Parts: sequence; C-alpha cells; structure tokens
Amino acid sequence: MLTYLVRRVLVAIPTVFGVATVVFFLRTLLPGDPAIIIAGPQATPEAIANIRRQLGLDQPLWQQYLSFLGGLVHGDLGISTRTGQPVIQEIATRAPYTAQLAVASLVLAVLVGVTLGVLAATRRSTVGDLGISSGAVFGVSMPVYWLGLMLIVVFAVRFRVLPAAGTDQGLASLVLPTVTLALFSMGLVTRQTRSAMLEVLGQDFVRTARAKGAGRRAVLIRHALRNALLPIVTTIGLQFGILLGGAVLTESIFAWPGVGRLLVDSIGSRDYPVVQGVVLLLSVAFITINIVTDLIYAYVDPRIRYS
Amino acid sequence: MSTPASVTADVTAEQALAVDLTSPERAHSRVWVRLRTHPSAVVGVVIFALYVLASMVGPLIFRYDPIHQNLSDAFLPSSAAHPLGTDEYGRDELVRLLYGARYTLVLGFAAVAIGVGIGLPLGAVSGFLGGWVDLGSQRVTDVLLAFPNILLALALVASLGVGLQNVIIAVGITSIPIFVRLVRASALSVRELPYVEAGRALGVPSSIVLFRHVVPNSLAPVIVQASLQLGAAILIAAGLGFLGLGVQAPTPEWGSMLGASRNYIFSDPNLATFPGLAIFGAVLAFNLLGDGLRDALDPRLK
Repeated sequence: MLTYLVRRVLVAIPTVFGVATVVFFLRTLLPGDPAIIIAGPQATPEAIANIRRQLGLDQPLWQQYLSFLGGLVHGDLGISTRTGQPVIQEIATRAPYTAQLAVASLVLAVLVGVTLGVLAATRRSTVGDLGISSGAVFGVSMPVYWLGLMLIVVFAVRFRVLPAAGTDQGLASLVLPTVTLALFSMGLVTRQTRSAMLEVLGQDFVRTARAKGAGRRAVLIRHALRNALLPIVTTIGLQFGILLGGAVLTESIFAWPGVGRLLVDSIGSRDYPVVQGVVLLLSVAFITINIVTDLIYAYVDPRIRYS
Repeated sequence: MSTPASVTADVTAEQALAVDLTSPERAHSRVWVRLRTHPSAVVGVVIFALYVLASMVGPLIFRYDPIHQNLSDAFLPSSAAHPLGTDEYGRDELVRLLYGARYTLVLGFAAVAIGVGIGLPLGAVSGFLGGWVDLGSQRVTDVLLAFPNILLALALVASLGVGLQNVIIAVGITSIPIFVRLVRASALSVRELPYVEAGRALGVPSSIVLFRHVVPNSLAPVIVQASLQLGAAILIAAGLGFLGLGVQAPTPEWGSMLGASRNYIFSDPNLATFPGLAIFGAVLAFNLLGDGLRDALDPRLK
C-alpha cells in the first residue's frame, strides 16, 4: 500500500508543476501593465517603476518564472496587491470556511445520493424510480447560482426561517449554502449509485445470496452495495472538484467568507497574486483528493494495487 | 420447382440478419428508432427545438429593443404589453430572454466546437501513435483536468478579459481534455483490431487509417459527451456571466441578467426567476438528450 501511495504522489508532482506553470503564464496574458493598474492612473513614472521593481516585473520573464517556482517551494505565494498581506495568509484565514462548506455538502450529497440511488435501483421501472431518476437529472441541470437565489427568496425572504447570507448564525447559516452546493453532486451520486446497483443486482452472487436465504437488507447492503462501491467512490472523488468549483459561485451568493469569494473579489480588483494563489491551492487540493480517492479505491479493491 | 416455404423464410431471415449487421444504414436507422422512442431524448429534443424556435421567431413577435433603456417603465409587473414585466431599466424581460437564448446557444455550441475540434484530433493522434506524442499530450491533459470545474474558465477569463469571445475561448478550452481522453481511449482499443492491422500490412498510410477507421469509431461516445458538454458549457458560461465575469451588460445574456437581478431579489424576485429557469431548461434539454443518445448509441452503457 505504501509503495502505491509513493507512486501516486510521484506521478502527481509533474501535474502540480504543470498547474503552477499554467497559472504563472496566464498572468502574462493580462492586458496592460499590472504596475500601472496597482499604482493607479495618477501615479508618477517613478512610482510605477518602483512597483515594477517590487513585484520583480523588471526582470526577464524566465527569471520571474523561476522566482515564482522558488517561492512556491517555500510556501511563498507573493503579496496581495490589494491588502499588502502575504497571499498565503489571506488564503489561510478563508480556507476553513470553504472546507467546512465543501465537506458539509459532500456528506449531504453522499448520504442522500446513495440512499436515493439504492431505492431507485431496487424499485426499477416503478413510479418511485421514475421520480428519483427525474429528480436526479433536474439536480444535475440546476444552476447553483439560481438555486441559491431561489432558496433565499423562499426561506429567507418569504418564510424568514433561515439567514440569507453571512456566517453569524452558526449552523443555521450553513444550511442554505450547503443545500445549494450539494444538489448537483447529489444528482450525480444518485445516478451513479442507481446504475452501479442495477449492474450488481443482476449478478450471480446476488442471486446466490438470495437463494441461500439471506435477508433482503443484508443482500442489499452487504452483498450488492459493497460491490457497487467502486464506481460510486470514483464519482464521489470527482465531486470534490465540482464542489470546489461550485463553492466559488455559492460563496459569492451567500456572502460566505471562503476562498471562492476571495477569488471572485480578487479578479474584480485585479489582485493577480491572490488569483494565482487561490487557483493553485484549489487545484492542489483537488489533486490531493484524487490521490486519496485512489487510495480508498485500492483499499476497497486490492486488485488495483497490483496492476 | 418450388422451394418449401419454411426454407425460403429461413434464408430470408439469415440474409436480413447479414444485411443488418453489415449495412451502416440499418445501424443508423436502429439508432434512430431507439432515440425516437427514448422518452428523455424526445423531451430533450422538444425543449431544444422550442428554444431555437423562440430565439428565432420570438423577437419578431415581441418587437421591443432588448437594450434600449426606458426608466419610466422600470419594474413593471406582468401585463398584456409585457408578459413577464420589465427590468430595472424598463426593458421588456421576455424580449431580453428571447435574445438571450441566441447568446446561450451560440456560447454553448461554439465552446463545444472548440472542445471537439481540438480534443478529437489530439486524442486520436495521441492514442493511435502512442510513444512521446501520447505521453506529452496526456500530461497536458492531466494538468487541464487538475483544475476544478469552473476554475480554469475563471482563471482564463481573469487573464483574457471578459466578453462573449473570451468566454467562448475560456469555456472551450475547459472542454478540450474530456474529448482528448474519450477519443484516445477509443483509438487505443481500435489500434489493436485486426482490420487496422490488415490496413497497415497492406501499406495504407497512417493518416488514412486514422481518419477512416479510428475517428469514426470514436464518434458515438463523442456525440454523447458533446451533448452533455453543451449543458455543462452553458452552466459555466452563465456562471461567469452571473459573477460579472462573462458576457457584459447590457447584452441580454441569461447569466449576467441573473447576476444583475440579485440587487432586486427582495423587491422583484421575478427578475431572478425567469433567466434562471431559462438556463435550467437549456441545460436539462442537453442532459436529457445526452442520456438518450447514450442509450441509443451504446446500449451496453445503460
């Protein structure tokens, strides 16, 4: 297992390096001189030259690239041009909020999605199955930014039972953002669980388990669901990427102080070091989650480790 | 000299079967029949057709300017003159939605065209040639796939700038890797098949084998994915618009209309309801069509 882990991490290193490279060179596509943007339209040429020197923009591109990579190795993502704080610190104060939202949504999506998927598979071609399957397609077609607004209209404006934005009401504040972010993943997990279960339920070992008189629940959970877990785990791992992306939109709707909202604000104010930092961090988080998914996968199905 | 009826019938059945297996026309008609009778595909196509019709005919029926402001008519409720009311600048909401359908469809199709146009040849060459070409293109694909969902599009728009063209490029680039992966996988499996080997042995140039056998064989999953990707592209493009980083006001794009409506969510929630419903319907149509296409083109995947 350890060899497998080491191999997976080694394979991920060039990908992280690639992501860092893309993130760096995207900045060079920016129209206009970042120093002028930061200094403002009334700045003197000396002030602009000063900022260029501070940001290292007076150096050749390859040198800027090398110092960017060098900084990364030391955990230095640069300085926010908006607040003057280190980027890593800006991100660190907001990351827990995003993690809280993403984990809560993932738990909700998996619990509801797996349950509904199993229910639909065991009631194949009934009204219940049709209802659940249609609901799942609706879920994956729903724009999170619209769902969020509609939930605010209903639960915060009309019935006044939940806060519309912010984090100051504890768990109650978490409800609407979590449901909003979870719905898309819930739909995908439901669909994946249903089809994986249908595939497994038709197999011989399930029939054998039934024939030897195992209870309905035992057959479903111990025999069928356990074997259907592989594709479901993969889907759940991929969900994390979607959740991290969706968090950008959800946080923006609910004024949730996570890294997604930081990203959108930073794009608006052209604070490019922060934009780079957040994109890089979320991508590395996604790569890490993928490795963890692969490890769970290898744990659930030992055949994978040896291939 | 008469042949017993049963023998004739057997021969015909066999012949029919042979024709069925070899004729591409029959295969196409089978797919067509499966698609036509697939409920979700039918619903998807009907919604899509309604959107196309509305975007083309709608502006001819409701002759308001979607951009011109008339502040004295702001926030009118729905009436015979304005079926969905007016927005904060007194513009007819329905007309803006109808024009918006054009932008959404153009955005979706153009972005997916970029994804297929670059992803398909890259995946085919990568899987068919293997070696360094494959290794290189796969590492690039890995990097693109390492960006969570909408994030790459956001980062690209942050650099390229906002506006219709840049949104198409940004969303298009994010759709490339999935097509590279799909086509590569199918090229890898086709590469080893006997008829490709036979073609090679006969001295058929690689480029011809590639485009006559490898690419057509990967088309079924590409068509399915293209339909699903259309939904995803529309969601992402409208999401960028919602954040104010996509197509810019006063262009009647659904995402940016929804973004603008946030300021009036307490006083006039309808302004948020309809653009969102429009986006939801478009995405639903392509998702349903994608499901139907998948079942029709490859029943094994069901």
